[in-house]
Amino acid sequence: MSDTKVKKMLFILSKATLENVYAAFVMANGARMEGIESEIFFTFFGLEAIQKKKLEHLHVATVGNPAMHMPTMLGGLPGVEALASNMMKKEMDKLDMPPVGEFLEILSDSGCKLWACKLAVDMFHLEEKDLIDDLDGILTIGDFYSRADQDGTQLLFI
Amino acid sequence: MDKTIGQATISVDQEGYLTDLSQWNKEIATEIAKEQGIEMTDKHWEIIDYIQEKYKNEEPLSIRGIKKSGVINIKEFYALFPGGPLKKATMIAGIPKPKSCI
Repeated sequence: MSDTKVKKMLFILSKATLENVYAAFVMANGARMEGIESEIFFTFFGLEAIQKKKLEHLHVATVGNPAMHMPTMLGGLPGVEALASNMMKKEMDKLDMPPVGEFLEILSDSGCKLWACKLAVDMFHLEEKDLIDDLDGILTIGDFYSRADQDGTQLLFI
Repeated sequence: MDKTIGQATISVDQEGYLTDLSQWNKEIATEIAKEQGIEMTDKHWEIIDYIQEKYKNEEPLSIRGIKKSGVINIKEFYALFPGGPLKKATMIAGIPKPKSCI
């Protein structure tokens, strides 16, 4: 329906900070809503976003993040990261942004493919049972590149 | 701008969304759906009713809302309105395109 030349978006999510995870999710969902195919490849710390035990406990980065407008030493104090994360989650809820687990369900139901990176899964000694049930599989990066199988495919590293 | 559908003339915006819901009727909706490659069924009308109801109550539309609607699940929604379900469904329902990013 839309005239965009982008036909398929492939995302590589390598980080587990809330702002990065939501960036990937919003863009992947937004693509589906526009009739564009989308897939996410979770690698390294990005894997936290699809681990059953960890996905609802992601945080924003309060240290080394100048946009937090908070002295780095303060950001490192115990509890500050959790506090900032809770504040951000509240703001997101006001905008009707779903929590991570629900967002993953929405993505999967919308036809967005969710993949775990084989190398990172091995490195963190994870098993399939540690990962969400909606996962489409565990792939090598080569497998993931082969998903870029049509004109108008874009690949984005987050 | 004006657009002619069958015997009727309706006003639409640049993307083809009706600018006046009072001009909407099922015949017009059926034609708009056809232009989008969609053949309307009872299930489609059920969704259109739901979406119009939300609009009249000034409740924002989102894919999360569809999930919670109890009328349809997200998979079915994508299957009924392929290629941008909320955009197509709102166009058929005669209401503005949702502005939400989610």
